[in-house]
Amino acid sequence: MTNHWVDLKNSDAILIIGGNPAENHPASFLWITKAMEERGAKLIVADPRFTRSAAKADVYAPLRSGTDIAFLGGLINYTLQNKLYNEEYVKAFTNALTLVNADYKGPADANGLFSGFSADSKSYSTATWQYQTEKVKAKDAAGNEIEVSVPKQAASLDDPNTVFAILKKHYARYTPEMIARVCGTPQDKFLEVAKAFCATGAPDKSGTILYAMGQTQHTVGTQNVRSMAILQLLLGNVGVPGGGVNALRGESNVQGSTDMALLFGDLPGYLGLPTNKQADLKTFLTKFDNTSYWSNGGRFVTTLLKAWWGDAATKDNDYAFNYLPKTAGNYSWLALFEAMYKGTIKGLFVMGQNPYVCGPNARFERKGFENLDWMVVQEVFDTETSSFWRAPGVDPKSIKTEVFLLPAANAMEKAGSVTTSGRLIQWRNKVAAPPGDAKEDIWIIDKMLRALKAAYKGSAAAKDRPILDLVWEYGEPANAELVAREINGYALDPVKDAAGAVLVAKGAVLPSFATIASAANYDAIACGNWIYSGYWNLADDGTGVMMPAAKRRGQKDPGGMGTYPFWGWAWPANRHIVYNRASARPNGAAWHESKKLVWWDAEKKIWTGYDVPDFAPTKAPDAKANPAGVGLAAQAGTDAFIMKADGKAWLFARAGLAEGPLPEHYEPLESPISNLLSKTQINPVVKVWDSDKGKDIGDNVGAPDKFPIVCTTFRLTEHWQSGAMSRYLPWLSETQPGMFIELSKELAAEKGIQNGDTVQVSSARGKIKAVAMVTARWKPYTIDGKKVHHVGMPWHYSWQGIATGDSANDLTPHVGDGNTMIPEYKAFLVEIKKV
Amino acid sequence: MEISRRDFLKVGGAAAGSLLLPVGAAAAASAATFPLRKRVGEAASVCPYCSVGCGVIVATDAQGHIINTEGDPDNIHNRGALDPKSVSITEFGNDPKRLKTVLYRAPNSDKWEVKSWDWATAEIAKRVKATRDATFKEKEGDVTVNRTEAIAWVGGAANNNEDCYLAAKFARALGIVYLEHQARI
Repeated sequence: MTNHWVDLKNSDAILIIGGNPAENHPASFLWITKAMEERGAKLIVADPRFTRSAAKADVYAPLRSGTDIAFLGGLINYTLQNKLYNEEYVKAFTNALTLVNADYKGPADANGLFSGFSADSKSYSTATWQYQTEKVKAKDAAGNEIEVSVPKQAASLDDPNTVFAILKKHYARYTPEMIARVCGTPQDKFLEVAKAFCATGAPDKSGTILYAMGQTQHTVGTQNVRSMAILQLLLGNVGVPGGGVNALRGESNVQGSTDMALLFGDLPGYLGLPTNKQADLKTFLTKFDNTSYWSNGGRFVTTLLKAWWGDAATKDNDYAFNYLPKTAGNYSWLALFEAMYKGTIKGLFVMGQNPYVCGPNARFERKGFENLDWMVVQEVFDTETSSFWRAPGVDPKSIKTEVFLLPAANAMEKAGSVTTSGRLIQWRNKVAAPPGDAKEDIWIIDKMLRALKAAYKGSAAAKDRPILDLVWEYGEPANAELVAREINGYALDPVKDAAGAVLVAKGAVLPSFATIASAANYDAIACGNWIYSGYWNLADDGTGVMMPAAKRRGQKDPGGMGTYPFWGWAWPANRHIVYNRASARPNGAAWHESKKLVWWDAEKKIWTGYDVPDFAPTKAPDAKANPAGVGLAAQAGTDAFIMKADGKAWLFARAGLAEGPLPEHYEPLESPISNLLSKTQINPVVKVWDSDKGKDIGDNVGAPDKFPIVCTTFRLTEHWQSGAMSRYLPWLSETQPGMFIELSKELAAEKGIQNGDTVQVSSARGKIKAVAMVTARWKPYTIDGKKVHHVGMPWHYSWQGIATGDSANDLTPHVGDGNTMIPEYKAFLVEIKKV
Repeated sequence: MEISRRDFLKVGGAAAGSLLLPVGAAAAASAATFPLRKRVGEAASVCPYCSVGCGVIVATDAQGHIINTEGDPDNIHNRGALDPKSVSITEFGNDPKRLKTVLYRAPNSDKWEVKSWDWATAEIAKRVKATRDATFKEKEGDVTVNRTEAIAWVGGAANNNEDCYLAAKFARALGIVYLEHQARI
């Protein structure tokens, strides 16, 4: 989330698209309801199904799964055509005025593609997506005048090569008529949504967008999210109270686990894992922009390497940079299970996850378990994953895999912190005893790592140094607070500034990552995750009592904006709304008294407010950029997006996206229709896996002649993800006892299905049984004049526990987003029949 | 002397202050003055299910078993409200199907065997070392790449930050690149 849960109360219009918080994040409705009751906020829900969130909405608009870019594109077009954008915001804080290479071509002129596409490699050259540049003279740090190349800015938004003009042309095709044909959203409903939400472009209004997996689990997931960001930037809704692009994340700590980089290509704090093209530290660090706050990236990498390899990480050996593994391609979830299926992965660790149930094309992914030599599972229950070898219909004697099932303490039975979707870290003490011999996860990891160090003891091989030199001192038994100290960062030696004054004494905890950025000897710091720097530092809880920041429970709320700066600690720097420099006008004054969050105090010459300013604290709004400067010195007092090389939010993304600088609608891999916007049917850069295509278990893709019904998956309030924390519990199992499929009355009538009948649902990947739940919450769609049925089902179930049933993921396809490779669970084709 | 529950919790110096109570104001007020009648320990925690971060007050008996879970009116996210999953934390702690011992399944076996932690972690270390040593790639051309593509790690979104951090550190020290979890899917 750019904003946070309590901030929803500050919103004037709440658009929920691709999420269902009433069922999946129920407590969020405290704040949504408050905004509706006390501010008269409009609640708008766009969803394929009339959800329980939709039941509370002022406006509900149906849209077919997989058409969010079209729908959001329609809202962007409506905003542009009706001049509802916040022009002052757009001109100052985004790249709207920046000029783009005149050779750039968009999908309107390139048959659904952007300029630079290679059909052979299914990838783009981004040469024509770049900014026009001009040379200017400026003084570098040494005072020498040098010539620097900077992005060229237009004087007017109307210049045909500006980002803004490109945007207007691109979205002109996304008309209400086209939205109706593609999405199946009636025009009047679409216009009702547009009118309600796009009114938040007014400076005294703010609107928020809430989304979840309904946006991300598509072959165009990243561009779905980009669409929301573009709309919010045009409306001036980013960085302001009650605004933002807000991912309603799933698990209790999926934000934290992402921050800690349990993803193939990353390191803690989003520093990125090196690839085999980055032979040394110097080469690796060239990836960081030199004209944004990322100019400090190299320092953050160094302090991470010091935390991991301590004395073995020296200036002379690139701080043990070569101890890190380097990637040679894609190792994401889909690739991982393709490799396991092929047998190249021999051993698997599973910590608190149930891949047997949660992966796409689950029958295919499960086969991979049989090819493993060994599997280690840390769990609270014996899940379908740990017992895959004794699943119904499986002969254990035919399966060689050894399984070690390690009993884990649950969240109440161990100490540690969790990070909310709003980036707020809360500490949990151990408040209950684990059963039997169950142990805390850090105890388990500690025990395994020590055993591994013992197994490698005495080795002289270079390849074993990363294990033998690994700093691993968390006490016995391992203490979560000592791990927290390392994540936060501490001084290995006295940390000094350029004048030699001690900033942090040896052994002391780091107050903030700003110390890493400013220290002369930053390699005297060990910091496991720079963005968490400060969460374990002693801080006032608002009553004068000092404690580690993440433990605080202070109730003060300066300004009444729901920031609660003394409750827990939000990364980064206890900042609750990121990009909040943009909550003030370019001149530093709040957009409106009712939306006041952060502003420039001209008297004291400092940024101040109810939240920690996301800006250089003393940089005046009229400060000029020094194009020859390094880091934030290269940015001006109106460059509100300090992590971007040009200080501006990118309406047009000249880099970083595989399938184009702007979102373009493509159909899901499995779709009932041909793309109406262009002849390019699916996202042209996605990898369509084809292992054992055509076999019973394989990477099969269905067509609408055999599978004419659009299907999506969803979750229930009473169950949790793959069910490993809910299907074993009697209360929850009683309320949602088993698998069902929800379908419309019209489809049920066509198929002769009654409510409560058992039906077979099939896709190109498999067949499952489910109970038919016939409701008015689904309606047939009219897509380009043709009737299309749409159904949905929960994906929680499998055969272990009390509440059991077939798994929806037996039917989902093995294909992922063009950038993130997140699987396309949310739009695929099925057939349904009564059994 | 009447001890209020809020005083009793004494978590991190939580104290009065301007309370903002969007709903459940009555419940929160009663939490401040409700007399203690149960011989239990109560402590504030955070729900382990979704990502809102709702506060729960967990009551445990002398053996550390959870006997009640209710909303924490002081927590800024939920102000005392809970959903059915948070309420089920009581069952989650005590469920008879919870794993209580280390279990091992041998190749081609049809049953679990009870094992000790020492045995299991030493055996796991042997498997990891054998797989890692047989598949480790130190160099690609002149570049040191230090990775094994034969070991994978999945999971962590239900874990604490500190668990996840150690998992990342553990995995990368081994040279694991197939490192993925719930955030991807």
